[in-house]
Amino acid sequence: MSFLTYLINGLSLGSIYAIIALGYTMVYGIAKMLNFAHGDFIMVGCYVIFTVSGALSGNSVVGIIVAIVLCTLLGITTEFIAYRPLRGAASPLAVLITAIGVSYLLENVALLIFGADIKSFTSVISWEGLSLAGGQLKIQGVTIVTIIISLVILLVLQLFINKTKQGQAMLAVAEDKGAATLMGINVNKTIMLTFAIGSALAAIAGALLCSAYPSLSPYTGAMPGIKAFVAAVLGGIGSIPGAMIGGLLLGIVEILSKTYISSQLSDAIVFGILVIVLLVKPTGILGKVIQEKV
Amino acid sequence: MKKFKDLLSVTLVSAMLAGTIAGCGNATEATSTEESAQADGAVFKIGAIGPLTGGAAAYGNAVCNAAELAVDEINAAGGINGYQVAYSKEDDELNAEKSVNAYNTLKDWGMQLLVGSTTSACSIAVSEYTKQDNMFQLTPSGSAEDCVKYDNVFRVCFSDPNQGIASAQYIDEHSLATKVGIIYDSSDVYSNGIYQKFVAESEGKNYEVVSAEAFTQDNNTDFSVQLQKAKDAGADLVFLPIYYKDASLILTQANTMGYAPTFFGVDGMDGILTVENFDTSLAEGLMLLTPFAADATDDLTVNFVTNYQEKYGEVPNQFAADAYDAVYIIKQALEAKGATPDMSVSDICEAVKSAMTEIEATGLTSSKMTWDASGEPNKEPKAVVIKDGAYVSAD
Repeated sequence: MSFLTYLINGLSLGSIYAIIALGYTMVYGIAKMLNFAHGDFIMVGCYVIFTVSGALSGNSVVGIIVAIVLCTLLGITTEFIAYRPLRGAASPLAVLITAIGVSYLLENVALLIFGADIKSFTSVISWEGLSLAGGQLKIQGVTIVTIIISLVILLVLQLFINKTKQGQAMLAVAEDKGAATLMGINVNKTIMLTFAIGSALAAIAGALLCSAYPSLSPYTGAMPGIKAFVAAVLGGIGSIPGAMIGGLLLGIVEILSKTYISSQLSDAIVFGILVIVLLVKPTGILGKVIQEKV
Repeated sequence: MKKFKDLLSVTLVSAMLAGTIAGCGNATEATSTEESAQADGAVFKIGAIGPLTGGAAAYGNAVCNAAELAVDEINAAGGINGYQVAYSKEDDELNAEKSVNAYNTLKDWGMQLLVGSTTSACSIAVSEYTKQDNMFQLTPSGSAEDCVKYDNVFRVCFSDPNQGIASAQYIDEHSLATKVGIIYDSSDVYSNGIYQKFVAESEGKNYEVVSAEAFTQDNNTDFSVQLQKAKDAGADLVFLPIYYKDASLILTQANTMGYAPTFFGVDGMDGILTVENFDTSLAEGLMLLTPFAADATDDLTVNFVTNYQEKYGEVPNQFAADAYDAVYIIKQALEAKGATPDMSVSDICEAVKSAMTEIEATGLTSSKMTWDASGEPNKEPKAVVIKDGAYVSAD
């Protein structure tokens, strides 16, 4: 029974990683850049929800909508100002470093505006969850909601990418920017749309992250962001179902290693697994090998 | 000869400064008592350092205000050994370098005894200089072990690791638990130190440590495993030698999983009720080791709280209590040796240093405090419990 409890705890944590990883992998899959500031977009989303809901005396729905809109704008602006000019840079490292810079910028601006003191976040999900086996097993409402929302996002993204014109354009840009331009696709617009979607997902992930773990500080998004990145790589970066699987797996591994091996070593184990997976299957669980064409 | 020159320059500078003060009022934020006492020349000069501005201003202001309050009381009651006390404070903005600057400013003013610095890092930085000058330093609240590494530095509060010992004794003496679980931050020196001392001290106590689980600052969002393990092990008290920001999450998650042991924290827990938007009902019954509860009903506390509130408009915290005690401890030590203000800084230091190991002080933070030459206080631990969203004395 206690194993099941730990498994469910792992699922709760994993579902959060999964929903963050979706945004990561979406942006990487299309724009082929790692947006290290994704975790901080999440933090911005959380602060927006916190502030708006606070001002509207607890109306979290409006808060989430405002957060989605603001995060989308933030994503588009960041892309336009910080990433787009560097897209043609000689080294792909330039934009990676810029992303890290944006991450620190957002953290420090948040520090300036909201201060270092943590704020307690009121869960946007009031449902308590399921109680199984006579109350011995509890699945939190936020866990179930997170998994359902992750699955819905997964499906919608798959449909969007495979069935719509914009989605097809994204696939084309992902494959070959130059060729896509020649085919009449506006690469800049397509990538901007990708960032808009990725950032909107960050706002949703933020609402769920802070509902599950209700402590909000300027660094709230940083570590979950990195873990979600690991999850995305584990599942095969660029693969949307892979992010989901990677996230859940990572959460379960983390909780079980904390439980049965050592609570101090769990991070070492999680990152150790990443190294092993990458050695055995460099593209991750669901990643595809794309051959470089000469 | 050099010493004599130093002394001469200090005297000259302080004479000059005294002139400035008389001229423009508050060049060094000196209090009014200082000016009136200056006339007859012989006053004890006590300085205090703390962060008066910035993020930790609440600590520094508490220390400096309470020290001022104590000095005013002492002066009104006839001073120390018949001499009035002059008091001055300086801001260090929670910065070690600025703390040293503040110390130098106070030294120029003629300070003979230092209450400070308020915070650990600043206190350690300043102690390098007080050691050099052989000036007596009593930090009210610098709790890092290294704060008292020199023989001229003493402290009022418990050191970080010694809070572990004090907690174990408190839990044992008050029979708070039979099985104790611990959740600590293995990436933090403060938490780790307390944890280790707590476990060592728990040997042979009337409770048993059944689980000890760690987390790190890189892994401080999910505490379900640590809590579940404590719950499975049957812990009826969970010791949390951590800061309140992580503790607030632990309390929330324990509540979600329906686990309600007694939670017991140390001074890092102080502040849990100030977390914005935090549901304080979750902290109901939480105990924490703290030397001071403003609601205590003994005369000393009631007087202190009333006077402090009257003068500064807020309820004093433990930093204030530590600083208030610090000034009275200095007074007692000076009186024990019959020290006079015309003695050199170094002679005063030697006198007070030897007095510290002999006196038994009574104050807000303990009714019986003694020190050994290491500078660590020896006193009865006190705890508060949170009831209806406020601290209530647990004793």
